[in-house]
Amino acid sequence: MKYNYKRITLLSGHYGSGKTNIAVNMAFDLKKNFHNVTIADLDIVNPYFRTKDSQTELEQSGIKLICSEYANSNVDIPALPQEMYSVIDDKSQRAVIDIGGDDRGALALGRYSKGIIEENDYDMLFVINCYRPLTCDVQTTLEVMREIENAGRIKFTGIVNNSNLGEETTADDILDSLDYASDISKATRLPIVATCVKEELFDVLSERISNLFALKLQKKII
Amino acid sequence: MSDKVLMKGNEAIAEAAIIAGCRHYFGYPITPQTEIAAYMAKRMPKIGGTFLQAESEIAAINMVYGVASTGKRVMTSSSSPGISLKGEGLSYLAGADLPSLVINVQRGGPGLGGIQPSQSDYFQATKGAAHGDFRMIVLAPSSVQEMADMTVKGFELADKYRMTAMVLADGTMGQMMEPVSLDYKIGEPIEKPWATTGTKMERPHNIVNSLFLEPDELEKSNFARYDRYKTIEENECMYEEYMMDDAEICVTAFGIAARVSKNAINEARKQGIKVGLIRPITLWPFPKAPYIKATEKVKEIISVELSMGQMIEDVRLASECKVPVSLCNRVGGMIPSPEQVLDAIKNAAKGGNK
Repeated sequence: MKYNYKRITLLSGHYGSGKTNIAVNMAFDLKKNFHNVTIADLDIVNPYFRTKDSQTELEQSGIKLICSEYANSNVDIPALPQEMYSVIDDKSQRAVIDIGGDDRGALALGRYSKGIIEENDYDMLFVINCYRPLTCDVQTTLEVMREIENAGRIKFTGIVNNSNLGEETTADDILDSLDYASDISKATRLPIVATCVKEELFDVLSERISNLFALKLQKKII
Repeated sequence: MSDKVLMKGNEAIAEAAIIAGCRHYFGYPITPQTEIAAYMAKRMPKIGGTFLQAESEIAAINMVYGVASTGKRVMTSSSSPGISLKGEGLSYLAGADLPSLVINVQRGGPGLGGIQPSQSDYFQATKGAAHGDFRMIVLAPSSVQEMADMTVKGFELADKYRMTAMVLADGTMGQMMEPVSLDYKIGEPIEKPWATTGTKMERPHNIVNSLFLEPDELEKSNFARYDRYKTIEENECMYEEYMMDDAEICVTAFGIAARVSKNAINEARKQGIKVGLIRPITLWPFPKAPYIKATEKVKEIISVELSMGQMIEDVRLASECKVPVSLCNRVGGMIPSPEQVLDAIKNAAKGGNK
């Protein structure tokens, strides 16, 4: 993706907006240009779908994974990984941080936001999907956004349009979402840094949408 | 814009309930169904409904009893250990002939068990939710679309037969995301002349109660209830048959296990094995007809379950033990892989699973 990654890229949004999948894809994208890449799972809300699901692929690519040692286990408690501070302190690495859904998920970020803001080499990206019923219009999406900013004690710097209908997504579904994304961009005065599509749609849409980001789906479909 | 939305199974249940006219939800958080409550908490205040986080599952089911007595559509949801706590209330709802919808997004057990998916509450849902002679209509969705469809259907059936309907899902169904269409035509709610809505001094007062002072009256109410159950068994069975026409081996599974089984069946068909699927959609009433029909031509039935073998007992009864019925299962939060099911199919083709 043609995107000038800051040292830390934070991904947040409504739960189910696709943060984890984008975070994993961005880590692979970063690895193409940087040696020392870390992905950190700061999700304290969802015990089911986690960055850890992609552990094998990440480790094979030499990407460091930081996540709660309880992720994907039956220990249903909101534990934070102790190594998390190394992402803030060790400035030799590039990092992607996957934050849990909604304001409740972003609460965990508040623990670290001071250090991130002081260093001032980060992007805080808001992941949106107009096909999710609780963020289907501009107003409700902006409400979710404000709640996350308040809970995470950090402001968004950009928007990632990840509007999709899962496996059924068509090129038209993506094109139909552009107005929604642009309205949110105007209302917040934040740039749309990427529009995400599944790999199959990339060629069809690459000439019509700038900053298109092809996503490999990390999750197993049953 | 597409007429579909991308939803988690849990969200689809919540939104479908609202579309079906449910304006009262009572619950208590438990993984992996918490998104139902979270969704209701966001939506209900915006549409003049009631979302209430009760102090326990027991409190929540008794709040359901209260609203159901007034004839309004009402719902609660939980996961396995929480459903056990609701047991007493489920029996009282049955005894008072009250319609309600209860969602169980199952997790591994017994005891506190784990938070990963399971189907080990089949016995509880279909046979023994609590004390006394009673049944619940049990609906088993196997896609996010069906999570929504069965929620709407559950409300309709509950009202029609004055009883509890349960949507029996599992953690994977609750958490997975798929596109859904929520374009339902909801009919006018049926008359509920028994509801306790105030007499306005214009009619005799209604009583909602499960206590009978005379045993012969209690017996009469049980007989009447079971007459209704008989009608349901005759009219409301739902199931799907997949590639059963020429099948020599029959796989049977519901919910998430049916999805895995379909993948395995598709692979087995590629390898030339004639295998099909019977997927019960209602677990009570259990659809007996397709099984007895299958015994005429299949040599083995494989029951794929996320339990130690619960539905298999109904499969044996329905097939009258005319062919061997074997179990292919994982438990404790684990899901059978398509490869595991495929191996069971191959064994059946070679001469039979032990």
